[in-house]
Formats: sequence, structure tokens, C-alpha cells
Amino acid sequence: MRMTAEAATGTETPLLDIRDLRVQLRRGGDRSPLSVLDGVTLTVNRGETVGIVGESGCGKSVLSLSILGLLPGGMRIGGGEIWYDGRHPLHRMSGREIRSFRGKEIAMIFQDPMSSLNPGLSIGDQVTETLRLHLGQSRREAKEHAVRLLRKVGLPRPESLLEAYPHQLSGGMRQRVMIAIAVSCNPGLLIADEPTTALDVTIQAQILDLMRTIREEDGTSILLITHDFSVIADMCDRVLVMYAGQILESGTVDDLFERPLHPYTAGLLRSIPTPEKKNRPLYSIEGRVPALHERGAGCRFAARCPHAVERCRTENPELVAYRDNHAARCFLAETEGVHRHAAV
Amino acid sequence: MRGMRNFSLVLGTLFVSILFVIMLVSLFYTPHPPNEMNVRERLQAPSARHLLGTDNFGRDVFSRVMVGAQTAFQVGAVSVAIGLAGGFLIGTLAGYAGRWVDELLMRATDALLAFPGILLALLLVSVTKPSLFQTMLAIGILSIPSFARVIRAGVLQQKEADYVKAARGLGAGYANLIFVQIMPNIASAIVTTAALNFSTAILIEAALSYLGLGVQPPDPSWGRMLNEAQSYLAKSPWFALAPGVLITLSVLGFNLLGDGIRDLRDNSI
Repeated sequence: MRMTAEAATGTETPLLDIRDLRVQLRRGGDRSPLSVLDGVTLTVNRGETVGIVGESGCGKSVLSLSILGLLPGGMRIGGGEIWYDGRHPLHRMSGREIRSFRGKEIAMIFQDPMSSLNPGLSIGDQVTETLRLHLGQSRREAKEHAVRLLRKVGLPRPESLLEAYPHQLSGGMRQRVMIAIAVSCNPGLLIADEPTTALDVTIQAQILDLMRTIREEDGTSILLITHDFSVIADMCDRVLVMYAGQILESGTVDDLFERPLHPYTAGLLRSIPTPEKKNRPLYSIEGRVPALHERGAGCRFAARCPHAVERCRTENPELVAYRDNHAARCFLAETEGVHRHAAV
Repeated sequence: MRGMRNFSLVLGTLFVSILFVIMLVSLFYTPHPPNEMNVRERLQAPSARHLLGTDNFGRDVFSRVMVGAQTAFQVGAVSVAIGLAGGFLIGTLAGYAGRWVDELLMRATDALLAFPGILLALLLVSVTKPSLFQTMLAIGILSIPSFARVIRAGVLQQKEADYVKAARGLGAGYANLIFVQIMPNIASAIVTTAALNFSTAILIEAALSYLGLGVQPPDPSWGRMLNEAQSYLAKSPWFALAPGVLITLSVLGFNLLGDGIRDLRDNSI
């Protein structure tokens, strides 16, 4: 409803608008389903790069899969809404409807380029497949288009590359091919799930550069999912910190890095290795992420939080905006203590 | 190791090619009409006129063995086609749908697999009138489980592969996923199964015809010829030898070919 009001007044609608998304994991018998995502709200505006950062198992990949209706068996959307371009309710589309969005409007780049390309098909076949599927191009048109795409992502000798098979390419080249396939239909939104995790550091930088170029040339919005803060700092306008299926903090990259509000964010930032910390033990957050069935009523981070008070263990705080566009899910966010701690 | 691998493939290809050429030639030329009887020349030993001698009706064994190759290839090809079609349907459905669909279809094929092949073929052929078509249908149905298992296993393994998930994420539909993404990767396993089933089909056809339930006289079939030759085994052993050797050669050939292709695939991974 907020959407229609905005559309009426002419305010720009966000490209992707996720509101209070809940994803549940069905359990056998008559046990109640487990909550995987618990009220995730996020928006991605046109041309914007939004980062999602979090530890393994925090639900960031589930979030990206739920956008495209690709949730694994047993999981389903249990509430909330996912709007694309203000008009398309992705959360309640049938399989057939949402399929026309995949690859065309919203494309995905997966983590491991080594296994995301089909070993039995030539590069040409794999790039043209999407073009033929979504743009209805003929074999010849698609082939010419594929050459242009491969050139665009900086691959040498694209004509001969069409005949090559994935095993003949390096990891970086494969990820470039994946990006070429992802951007082949000029999607409005590119979801990149750990796009550089499996790559060498030098190749990482090149791939991030390529994504930046694509964002600038095509105006593509990017939802970047990673556990690497340096990638976030490098690429994103805004960032959301996820923990145990909830967003703990959201804000601009500058705000979040300079003045983190949530102790978890502060802890994550402290545990990034830097040259100054050489030869000193690296900071790490004690404990581990609670499993799905261990999530209690209180703040999800309370058990590991150095500042937790009694209230934290019994009551889960709301995500509250403390400054412009800077929100945190913490009772102590306003207090000085967390701040001073974070500044270390 | 490499030498052995090539050995299977080369020898299998050689045997199968020889039989294939014999079959092709027989379509246009046989030394004598295969069904022409000549009582005066019955049960002759091999000679220049009859390269492999004659049978109990004086028919030229060489010509009949050549035409018998047509039957063997026809039975092999048609029953493999039936098995592949059925197995593909069941295998992809079971592999992709999973859960109770998988359970139901796989238990059904298990039941089919539990029957001794020749017994089921006998049953299927004897409830209807014996003919070549019935034989092919029976053998085809019998080979469904092996195709279904191979294809299901392939689909099950491939559908979880990252590249199949990636293709799904890029908007590929089920048909696209199965035919474009999955099939090329399990094609070699299917070809191996097809080669092995081809030889089984030839063997079962020979057995059914030997029992008088397959190809009906006077059409030549290797199995029938063995049956006819049985009574004259002591007097004219070459009569039984010719079809026997060809059955062995074809079964061996297709088995070796299947093994060779499988080794080729294992090696390429």
C-alpha cells in the first residue's frame, strides 16, 4: 500500500522492495516449522549496490534464493512481500511466471565459477542458451550477441572461446563467462552471491572492477552477498548486516564502518585482519551462531554479545533507525559504551 | 591399462562393424535366396557352392545367417528404442520429481527387474501370438528398468549440480534443464546401457526363437537355426556352428563396445 502511495506522488519506487520477509523450514511430523528468515526488510534502488554481509548460515543465501523463487525443498515463504519494480509481486508468483523474471529481469551470479558452468556444453552453447530463451534470438543472432558479450566482459579472442569447454578456462575466465551470461539480457538487478570468494585475490579485484563497469554502463542494480567486508567497502553504497535470519544493522557503508551501532557489526569490523594487527592475536567473537532451533525469544546475538544486559536475553529489539538511514536492532545502540568499543 | 581399454573398444567396434556390413550386404545380395529349399542338397558340408553348407531343407546356411543378422539388428534396435523411451520417461520423472513418485516408479521397475528376463519374455510372448513384433516388444519392456535406473541416477546427480541450479536461476524450464543441461552429461552412460541392452536383446531373441516363440519359420533367425540344427548335431556340426558363432560374436561385440565406451567416459572425467 505504501508502494501505491509513492507511485501516485511520483516518488521513485525502489527496484527491489522486500518487506518483512519470513522464510520457514518445514519439519517432519507435526512439529512447528523453523524460521530461517525472520522479518527481513530491504530495498535496492535503481543503479544502487547494496551489500549483505554475515557469517555462514545467517540466511543471506536463502534471502537471495527466495527473491527468485529458488528456495530449496522444504523451505517456503511464510510471510512478507517481495516487489520487483513496484509492480511485480515475486513472493506470490507461480513457477511459470517467476521463470520469465529469472535471467531476464533478475540475474544471478553464483559463488563457484568452477562448478556453475556445465562441463558438457561449450561456452558458446551456454551463453547463447539464455539469449535464445529470453530474447528469442536465432542461433546466428545469439552467436553474434555472445561474441559481443564475451568481449564486453574482457575475454580475449571471443570467437574462438565460443568453441571452448569450461575445463579449458581458468577460474577468473569462467567467472567472466558467468557474468556475461548473467548480464546477457540486460537485467535490472544482478544478485551476486559471493562472486569472488572462490577466486584469487588479484582476480577478485578484476571481477569486482568488471561488476562496477557493468553497473556504470548499464545502470544495473546489484545485490551483493558476501562475508568479506573489504568487498563491501569496495563496491557498495549501502550495507545490511545479517545474523541468524535477521537484519541487525543497516546503513551506508561510511556510517556502518565509521560508527557501527550494533555490537555484532563492531565485532566483525574488529576481527578484520589489518597490517597494524600483525603479530597480535586476531580478535574473534566468542561462541557461535545459534542453530535454527536454538533461537530464543531474546536478541539473537545476546549469547555472544559482550554488552548484553538482562533485557537482551528476554526481549528481541526492533530494527530502529537511530540516524538518517542508519538502523540497528539493539537496545544499547544509543549508549556510549558500544560506540567507544566499536571505535577500537 | 590404456592398451586394455582400447582393446575392448577396438575389438567391439570391429565385431559390430563386421556384423553390420554382413547385415547391410544381405539387404541387396545373398549367394542363394535364403528360403529356397533344395532337398537334393540337404545337410551338405561347406563347399565352394555353399560356403557354410546347407540345412536340413537344403537351404544355404551362409545366406540364411546373413539374413538372420537383419533380424538380430532389428530386434536389438527396436527393443533398445522401446527400452530407452520407457526408461527415459520413468527415469527423468523419478529423478526429477523425487519423493513418492520416485518411490513408486522405482519399486515398479524393481519388480520388473526381479523377474528373470527370459521368463517374462516367455510370458509376454505366449499370452499373445508369437511374432517378431511381440518379441521386440517383450524385450523392449524388459530393458526399461536398466535404462530407467541409469537415467534416474544421472538426473538425480545432475539436478543438484551447481550448473543446473545456475541454469534454473537464469530462467531455464524443466524441458530445457533435462535436454540441454542434463542429457549431454549422462549421454555416455545411456549409450553404454544401450550397447549392453543391444547384446541382451539379441541373446533373448535367439533364446525365444530357439524355443519357437520368436521369429516364425521360414524367416531365418539365428536362434531358430540353432533349434533346427540341434537334431543334426552329430551328422553336420557346421550347421549349428554358423549361427552359434554369430550369436557369440554379436553379443561379445556389443558387450565389448559398451565396456569400451564406458572406459572412454571414465577416462575422460
